[in-house]
Amino acid sequence: MKLNSNIPSGPIEQQWEKHRFDMKLVNPANKRKYTVLVVGSGLAGGAAAATLAELGYNVHCFCFQDSPRRAHSIAAQGGINAAKNYCNDGDSVYRLFYDTVKGGDFRSRESNVYRLAEVSVNIIDQCAAQGVPFAREYGGLLDNRSFGGAQVSRTFYARGQTGQQLLLGAYQALERQIGRRRVTMHSRHEMLDLIVIDGRARGIVTRDLVSGKIESYFGDAVCLATGGYGNVFYLSTNAKGSNASAIWRAYKRGAAFANPCYTQIHPTCIPVSGDHQSKLTLMSESLRNDGRIWVPKTKGDPRSPNLIPDDERDYYLERKYPSFGNLAARDVTSRAAKQVCDEGRGVGPGGRGVYLDFRDAIGRLGKDAIREKYGNLFEMYERITDEDPYTVPMRIYPAIHYTMGGLWVDYNLQSTIPGLFVLGEANFSDHGANRLGASALMQGLADGYFILPYTVGNYLATVKPESPGSAHPEVRALEAAVSARLDRLLSINGKRTVSDFHRELGRLLWEDCGMARNEKGLKAALERIPALREEFWQNVKVLGDGAELNQSLEHAGRLADFLELGELMCLDALERRESCGGHFREEFQTEEGEARRDDANFCHVAAWEYRGEGKPPVRNTEALEFDNVHLATRSYK
Amino acid sequence: MPAKSGFWNSTIGRKIVMAVTGLILFGFVLAHLVGNLQLYLGPDAINAYGLFLRQVFHGAGLWIARAGLLVAVVLHIWAATSLTLASRAARPVAYRRWQPRESTYASRTMRWGGVIVLLFVIYHLLHFTLGTVHPSFVPGDVYHNMVAGFQVPWVSAFYIIAMLALGLHLRHGLWSMFQTLGVAHPRYERYAKAFAAVFAAVIVLGNISFPISVLAGWVR
Amino acid sequence: MNLTLHVWRQKNAEAKGAFVTYDAKDISADMSFLEMLDVVNERLIAKGEAPIAFDHDCREGICGQCGTVINGRPHGPRERTTSCQLHMRSFADGDEITIEPWRASAFPVLRDLIVDRGAFDRIIAAGGFISAPTGGAPDANSIPVPKDNADLAMDAAACIGCGACVAACPNASAMLFTAAKVAHLGFMPQGQPERQSRVLAMVAQMDQEGFGSCTNHGECESVCPKGIKLSNIAQMNADYLRATLAQGRREAQAGESGAG
Ligand SMILES: Cc1cc2nc3c(=O)[nH]c(=O)nc-3n(C[C@H](O)[C@H](O)[C@H](O)COP(=O)(O)OP(=O)(O)OC[C@H]3O[C@@H](n4cnc5c(N)ncnc54)[C@H](O)[C@@H]3O)c2cc1C
Ligand code: HEM
Ligand code: HEM
Ligand code: SF4
Ligand code: F3S
Ligand code: FES
Repeated sequence: MKLNSNIPSGPIEQQWEKHRFDMKLVNPANKRKYTVLVVGSGLAGGAAAATLAELGYNVHCFCFQDSPRRAHSIAAQGGINAAKNYCNDGDSVYRLFYDTVKGGDFRSRESNVYRLAEVSVNIIDQCAAQGVPFAREYGGLLDNRSFGGAQVSRTFYARGQTGQQLLLGAYQALERQIGRRRVTMHSRHEMLDLIVIDGRARGIVTRDLVSGKIESYFGDAVCLATGGYGNVFYLSTNAKGSNASAIWRAYKRGAAFANPCYTQIHPTCIPVSGDHQSKLTLMSESLRNDGRIWVPKTKGDPRSPNLIPDDERDYYLERKYPSFGNLAARDVTSRAAKQVCDEGRGVGPGGRGVYLDFRDAIGRLGKDAIREKYGNLFEMYERITDEDPYTVPMRIYPAIHYTMGGLWVDYNLQSTIPGLFVLGEANFSDHGANRLGASALMQGLADGYFILPYTVGNYLATVKPESPGSAHPEVRALEAAVSARLDRLLSINGKRTVSDFHRELGRLLWEDCGMARNEKGLKAALERIPALREEFWQNVKVLGDGAELNQSLEHAGRLADFLELGELMCLDALERRESCGGHFREEFQTEEGEARRDDANFCHVAAWEYRGEGKPPVRNTEALEFDNVHLATRSYK
Repeated sequence: MPAKSGFWNSTIGRKIVMAVTGLILFGFVLAHLVGNLQLYLGPDAINAYGLFLRQVFHGAGLWIARAGLLVAVVLHIWAATSLTLASRAARPVAYRRWQPRESTYASRTMRWGGVIVLLFVIYHLLHFTLGTVHPSFVPGDVYHNMVAGFQVPWVSAFYIIAMLALGLHLRHGLWSMFQTLGVAHPRYERYAKAFAAVFAAVIVLGNISFPISVLAGWVR
Repeated sequence: MNLTLHVWRQKNAEAKGAFVTYDAKDISADMSFLEMLDVVNERLIAKGEAPIAFDHDCREGICGQCGTVINGRPHGPRERTTSCQLHMRSFADGDEITIEPWRASAFPVLRDLIVDRGAFDRIIAAGGFISAPTGGAPDANSIPVPKDNADLAMDAAACIGCGACVAACPNASAMLFTAAKVAHLGFMPQGQPERQSRVLAMVAQMDQEGFGSCTNHGECESVCPKGIKLSNIAQMNADYLRATLAQGRREAQAGESGAG
């Protein structure tokens, strides 16, 4: 497989400008003859579907929830970055670009990142025009905050509901096009396969989640914006329905899957409270601006936190990373928490937690100031744990939060299958091996509003608008295969429930392919996952039938894909014999326990290619070049 | 005129109709109470007041007012009925268990309360205006009609019950009116509620004072 | 703790439904309400009985997908809390819990506790937006928004479209949901050009969907997980009145100029 990143030539500052000029245009009168399928209605998909329709294309949009407004982008709390430099603190497109490349631990493509930083400013303009109620200063201008350890204030936010408000902006733009019949919305429809004919993506096979009907939709281009695959771990901050099925099916039809092992662990989530736990809830990272993280110095200290005097507390982040302290990068902070818990100094049930303490901030700023800033987060925490964070320190623990890996795309966001575009968290993205806070929302909207609508046009200008038709033998065969798979799931009638299998897969991955990985564990996982998959297909119990609303069947189908993806993740993690960003290999660390990158051998993207059932996938690489930001060791000391 | 038909068909449009007519009816009831309070000034005052009403604008005034009231009542009832039917249709299956928290007895009895008030008004017209159901109706002698009318205990009781129903109707209706006409700013919500409570109480207390005074023998 | 559940079961939109009683034993107080249902479902599957279908996704109170009427209250007994964020510590050992779907003709039941809330999307499609096609936006700071307005807009924009307001309203009215969007956009300078056409179109769609009319009961506000205020309804009523009058005036003028 040849990976051509299609990066335009010339200095990085001019590439996007030049590329926009070089791209072919579709004659405005012809646009409505082209149909574009957009799978996903989150920030990436919603923005793309609305914009493509505004441009005049005929668009179909799909989501598995009951409304496009519920895509998981809704859950983002913290904010969105943009290089507006409204705070006059020295921010610039170049600085955002630089920070993102460095934050990604030099495993992203410079040109893409530069473009992302460049269009970031347009995003804010666009969203403000749509009426997104961003936080304002008294003068009526937009407010910014510094986020996730950035040295400048470039994060725009809307209370603790930034993702929600940005998504509602995109959703409203989308609904406007639905109202004008430019977009046909298919809610409660799940994509189960990709139609590839003559090497081009031509449509998708879906299941209507209410009636159970298997249907095919055709388009001249297919865009996947189906979000991340963090749910492979069972417990994550993703929504329960978040899945990898769309991208996994595309992978099996020939799209390369890049860096599946890059997963991000968010340091500030509410710890697990018991076996019944069905998901993890994130507490915004902004809490680290005022909260101090600590554990008792002595193992298994039984005292309640408020009774432990300061000199018996270990503020381990402040100790290890004096200049960044509690604001060290996500991967670093998460690992440090794991370390102290592994040492037996963790707090709360099961010893898997650390304190995030607001005592000093409340003392300094007063309770009201803290309430003003974090009131809704504190409330949420109290609702879940029944503890009052104003008086008792919060307990937090890292959790799976974001997946940097995804389908490989070139500069045009096109996958290795012509006509298949991938955007948002679903692609392997601009974040390299680690994503900075407030950058995913930026990337989703950049892709959806400002990049994909151009690059899809460039592709469409080279193809004739036509539909293969539902009678096409390949379509028929694919529909039959999709139905057969569902029937098979329904006919096993074994002993274990879908959730039971999912929990086991999750535990396994969290142990062996989670915050820290090593060869032994990964090899063991590579044995155990196929065995678990085998058992799943022999012993899962899915009741009911396919021609009805059947939530267990939906879950079973998604899990079946996770059981395959989990294996690829471990394989990728095993092959990447270095530590970088979210991928920490215990064998590759410095004496102080910091990640050790291997730029000589691994300064590349690993793009996995599917070779058929039972055959090992092939690891292709795309070399990464750093002409602008020089390879350096990331340090938060 | 699509705009008009939109307005008359829309739920908010009809609510506005109900609020405006409700306001007119409230205005009437308030003025009517003030007029009737002259009972306490003795027969001459209130009879003169009755005469004035009948003669203002050469007798046309009364008819104009009657026509206005009739239109208001008809529109009010039309809007109430059509919206009630729409709301019933909107919830075809009832809950098995239901625990209201914010709604009040007054708000939940608007419809029946309204019907009781309507029945009252019909009876009341037969009673004091046409005299059909009055034991000793004397056209023009308002004072006598009232005193004689309320000396029948069950009639007084009926008036008192009807006035309580009206009070409930106004208690919620007046606050509702502010909401419907969009003059309820969050900051003034308290005042709007207080206004509704005070005026509903004034109407109830004022009106039931008549039958009570007669029965108690203070006015004879 | 041990609980008794009375759950509405209905196979599909056409089928007749009924309440079925289940025992929920050994439930931990730390579980969320939906996790309790998960546990019940796992046990049902083990017994070969169809699990209870209920809507949910984010399980952190923001997507608006979950929602059932729990003991006569949409989203259950805790104020400002979605069903997914409700925890079992709000109940006591031995409690009987009645679980019903949202009830409204505009929200037909699809299965068990799942209803179709597509009507909400159509209300937004009718006008719940600011027409700002991608690309033409001026610099974000060229449109200052007074902080008070921005805050009020944000308060209203917090609506998650869960439909609890409709479920709670004795008239099954969608006024709170619709008003929240009208108010959000109406508070922003960007929203002014379409302010009047927006409210007319959204209300027309709301009525067409078959929601009831508001008689200002205030139940909606009390169950709203995001604390959307009743004053938004008053605001929408005022906007509606103003828009109707303005439209009448415009048409009268058009009529005159047409005649002349
Ligand atoms: C709790 C949380 C907090 C976060 N906070 C921040 C933050 O503060 N700042 C930041 O920048 N980022 C944040 N992120 C990350 C960011 O929110 C996501 O990466 C981003 O929103 C993903 O957007 P998306 O459009 O790619 O996917 P999503 O919003 O997840 O949308 C996926 C869409 O695809 C559809 N879909 C999925 N599978 C299928 C299928 N098989 N068939 C049909 N449709 C399908 C879904 O229905 C949905 O519409 C956060 C993430 C989480 C989980
Ligand atoms: C047949 C008789 C009547 C019926 C069926 C009736 C019914 C109703 C109903 C259903 C409402 C709406 C309640 C709400 O919005 O919560 C209402 C409102 C109101 N009614 Fe009546 N009513 C009747 C007579 C009257 C009379 C006689 C008066 C005056 C004395 C009156 C005054 C009001 C007022 C002021 C309102 C408030 C308007 C609003 O809601 O905006 N009504 N009525
Ligand atoms: C106890 C309280 C009341 C008393 C003592 C009272 C008394 C009277 C009297 C004496 C008349 C006849 C006046 C005349 O013919 O000159 C009258 C007329 C009338 N009253 Fe009342 N009234 C009371 C309450 C109400 C209420 C609550 C309403 C409405 C909701 C009402 C509606 C009317 C109407 C519509 C008329 C007819 C006016 C006309 O001639 O057109 N009354 N009332
Ligand atoms: S107004 Fe409140 S109750 Fe109604 S849909 Fe919005 S969030 Fe839910
Ligand atoms: S409960 Fe219903 S009646 Fe109005 S105030 Fe709320 S919509
Ligand atoms: S599941 Fe998303 S709000 Fe409850």
